[in-house]
Amino acid sequence: MDARSNAKTRELAALASGAKLSKSQLLGLALALLAALALPWLVSDYRNFQFTLAISYAMAVLGLNILIGYNGQFSLGHAAFYAIGAYTAAIMMEQGGIAYYWTIPVAGLVCLLAGFLFGLPALRLEGLYLALATFALSLATPQMLKYDAISRWTGGVQGVTITKPDPPFGLPISQDQWLYLFSLAVMLVLFVCAWNLLRGRTGRAIKAVRDNPIAASAMGVNTALYKSLTFGVSALYTGIAGALGAIAIQFVAPDTFNFFLSIAFLVGVVIGGLASIPGAVFGGLVIVFIPNFAEQVSKAAPWAIYGVVLILFMYFMPAGIWGFIRMLYARFTRKRGTEKATRALADREQPS
Amino acid sequence: MDLFLQQTSDGLAFGGIYACVALAVVMIYQATDHLNFAQGEMAMFSTYIAYSLLHHGVPYWWTFLLTMAISFIGGVLVERVIVRPVEGTTVLNEVIVFIGLLAIFNSLAGWIWDYTIKPFPSPFPDKAPFGITFIGPHDFGVIGVTLVVLAAVFLFFRFTPVGLAMRAAAQNPDSARLVGIRVGWMLALGWGLAAAIGSVAGMMVAPIVFLEPNMMMGILVYGFAGALLGGISNPVGAVAGGFMVGVLENWVGTYVPFVGSELKLTAALVLIVTVLVFRPSGLFGHVVVKRV
Amino acid sequence: MLHRNLLLAAVAAALTIGAGPVAAKKMYGPGVTDTEIKIGNINPYSGPASAYGAIGKGIAAYFKMVNDNGGVNGRKIDFISLDDGYSPPKAVEAARELVEKDQVLLIFQSLGTPSNTAIHKYMNAKKTPQLFVATGAGKWNDPKHFHWTMGWQPSYPGEAEIYASWLLKNKPNAKVGILYQNDDYGKDYLDGFLKGLGAKAKSMVVAKESYEVTDPTVDSQIIKLKDSGADTFFNITTPKFAAQAIRKAYDSGWKPLQFLNNVSSAIGSVLKPAGFEQSTGVITTVYQMDYSDPQFKDDPAMKAWEAWMDKYMPGADKTNGNYVFAYNVAYTMVQVLKQAGDDLTRANVMKQAANLKHVKVPLLLPGITVDTSPTDYAPIQCEQLAKFDGKEWHRFGDVICPK
Repeated sequence: MDARSNAKTRELAALASGAKLSKSQLLGLALALLAALALPWLVSDYRNFQFTLAISYAMAVLGLNILIGYNGQFSLGHAAFYAIGAYTAAIMMEQGGIAYYWTIPVAGLVCLLAGFLFGLPALRLEGLYLALATFALSLATPQMLKYDAISRWTGGVQGVTITKPDPPFGLPISQDQWLYLFSLAVMLVLFVCAWNLLRGRTGRAIKAVRDNPIAASAMGVNTALYKSLTFGVSALYTGIAGALGAIAIQFVAPDTFNFFLSIAFLVGVVIGGLASIPGAVFGGLVIVFIPNFAEQVSKAAPWAIYGVVLILFMYFMPAGIWGFIRMLYARFTRKRGTEKATRALADREQPS
Repeated sequence: MDLFLQQTSDGLAFGGIYACVALAVVMIYQATDHLNFAQGEMAMFSTYIAYSLLHHGVPYWWTFLLTMAISFIGGVLVERVIVRPVEGTTVLNEVIVFIGLLAIFNSLAGWIWDYTIKPFPSPFPDKAPFGITFIGPHDFGVIGVTLVVLAAVFLFFRFTPVGLAMRAAAQNPDSARLVGIRVGWMLALGWGLAAAIGSVAGMMVAPIVFLEPNMMMGILVYGFAGALLGGISNPVGAVAGGFMVGVLENWVGTYVPFVGSELKLTAALVLIVTVLVFRPSGLFGHVVVKRV
Repeated sequence: MLHRNLLLAAVAAALTIGAGPVAAKKMYGPGVTDTEIKIGNINPYSGPASAYGAIGKGIAAYFKMVNDNGGVNGRKIDFISLDDGYSPPKAVEAARELVEKDQVLLIFQSLGTPSNTAIHKYMNAKKTPQLFVATGAGKWNDPKHFHWTMGWQPSYPGEAEIYASWLLKNKPNAKVGILYQNDDYGKDYLDGFLKGLGAKAKSMVVAKESYEVTDPTVDSQIIKLKDSGADTFFNITTPKFAAQAIRKAYDSGWKPLQFLNNVSSAIGSVLKPAGFEQSTGVITTVYQMDYSDPQFKDDPAMKAWEAWMDKYMPGADKTNGNYVFAYNVAYTMVQVLKQAGDDLTRANVMKQAANLKHVKVPLLLPGITVDTSPTDYAPIQCEQLAKFDGKEWHRFGDVICPK
């Protein structure tokens, strides 16, 4: 490998781990943000609702991605945390009469705790065994939500219906537009937090646990603590996502949060792009729109189309959508005068 | 006491099914080092093939063998054609392909054969041998078939060169390649054998739960749990694990007061996970030592 | 001249339809033109409840027949059916797509209690009819609070009350064991049954066992029910589990008096797989005909249904009771549209849906009709008890209409 491609790799790695952004990347980010802000005025209320859902799923995907992509722990049970977040919001709003925006931090904290507590025993389990434990969690979730003793709060098998919030300060926008903007704001805050968390000292420790747990603990990283903490943070993201999702859908019911939802999150993580923060956005979009696409192709066997699409994604974008975009970007920039790129890279590496 | 006996024998009978599925899980794990989420749906699909064969007048045992053969070929083809391109990427990519396969098989079965439940015949006589009455004749047959399959799998891995080569290919593909094992074909063979065992499980379970596209979804969970509880590297352990899961679930549902039927699956799973926390490689598995 | 022509046309229209002054004036809601009526639908074509996807396919086939015969008052039905995989979030998405993007006149036969609950408020806020939903929960008959939502089939709690009152009259000392699916459908039946037994519920119900749809079998529950000493068994289960339960009860030597909910009363897809011998003596309530039941073999309505199945659903399984259900409910929908005439606004459709008087739907049992009023949103209320004699459902007693 020559020096230039070496630098290129480092450049990509730096991008992924969220070191300094280059000018063009900042520009891209700003454009994406602008587009996201303009969206509610460009599409119908129904589309707004779909994008709000996608945002909610994107946050859940990011939560799962922090666990799987950055920490190397596997989970088939994140629907459980999504459910806890959703029910926290539903119960607070409908029974406590508390405003929807307060449910977001509370849902996050409740899930942080739940995730941390679940992470403690799960620590001893690795790979397949962790997969089974989390699988069990996701199977048990609907059953526990239906449990008679707590049905006073959860509504038992009936679930809870939620009233949709109105835009504040008499803003002249629709409920759907407002909810989209609100969700977008929450997502941006959480994404920036994740970016900060993962590029710093903590992030390095989290990744060290993934790459080589034994070596990491030899280096003085408290693997156990980091693993359960990561579990907690991951659950926090998913819980907040659940709360936003519940507010958008206006209804929570136990059987919604089944094993298939956990699977959908996993699909979002891998197709969006493993171990990447922007990938989560694509993951969220994938969860909402691929089933719709599959249904349009064939009503007779929509799942068959869904399955084929998943497999095709893995064939042609093995690193997920974000990985694919980065590859295109890398190819594109390489073509544009190698000299210029080399110079730019050299400049950055040796600050004079 | 009567209740206890009934619940236990019923648990054993269903445990036989879980054990059979657990064996298929172990088979593919030994051959490929992965769990296959689509295993249950493949078994269900095989059972539909058997159903069609029976419908065309093929006698039961011929159907049984033919279905195993077709499933074997099907398993090999799925590995060669569909799974092959993502092999060696990451585990997660393979998992997504498995999920895709699960969705495809489920949907196709519903499309071809409809979603209404279909009765599936049991090959066993109306009465269990030796005048046994506490366990049904079919349940008795299932346990017998499971033990036969177990013996075959055990002998295959322990004593045949192909079985050894397969394990080698799964555990250390690079070294296996160096000693001349064709790793790719070993994987395909593993898929084929797992599919064949799965088809047996499907044909054994269908007479009890009725044949329909979602037949195996619930059962696969128990199969996984059984395999992991017993130790995924050990066929004997997996079978024992399958039986244990069956019995455990019934006991928990019957005797733990606040659990009842409402939470019996949850409680059983919690118990299994607790066991795994203290014995991370399963009850009968061996500990894998890791190097840095 | 022009004036006179119009007048004549109006008079002619009024005469032929005989519905008075409304008929002359064309009033269209969203999704309606001179040639077309857009109707939306949500069905689980994928996922755990995909067995019910047959209903959506059946309805589509029925509307196709209607269109081939010239449509309703000259307008073709454009039936847009979306898949929600039995998931409430997807149902909300689908409902909004139908109402906001496709601009349908109404949503018809959206399936499942959770999915319909999720869109309940939305449909009423949008003042869009959510007609003849495919669930028997009691809550759809609430015209005061939810003017735009109406059920179709007899309600689950009502049916359960029929069994309860029969028991109180004929077997007051029964010891009842209940198996129910642990969701809103199962709980609805359970609550209706307990309510029907009233004060005697405590002493009569000796055991209650539940199962999850994801469970592979209900064997363990049946063993427990048998062990409880119950001599009467109320089987609140969906087809697969119903067949399992009937067979397991028989195999284990438990011979209780069995009540089977109507949801699973199809002979071809439940009792036959469970075994005719095993099912003999089971009691259910019925309101529509069953293709597998020999007593309806020569019924002209059944013959027409068969001809329709052969032409529009070739190769489909005729023993699947969902196709009879689809045929009946689609017939009711067409009846409402016919009644609405040229005033196809959402408000009038709802008004006509709440104004069905003794409508004879082809495959409903004799004596059972569809009736609604602005204060009664339960189209089919009446059912009749029936006992399985090993071959067919043998109806007995009067047609009962629980309130």
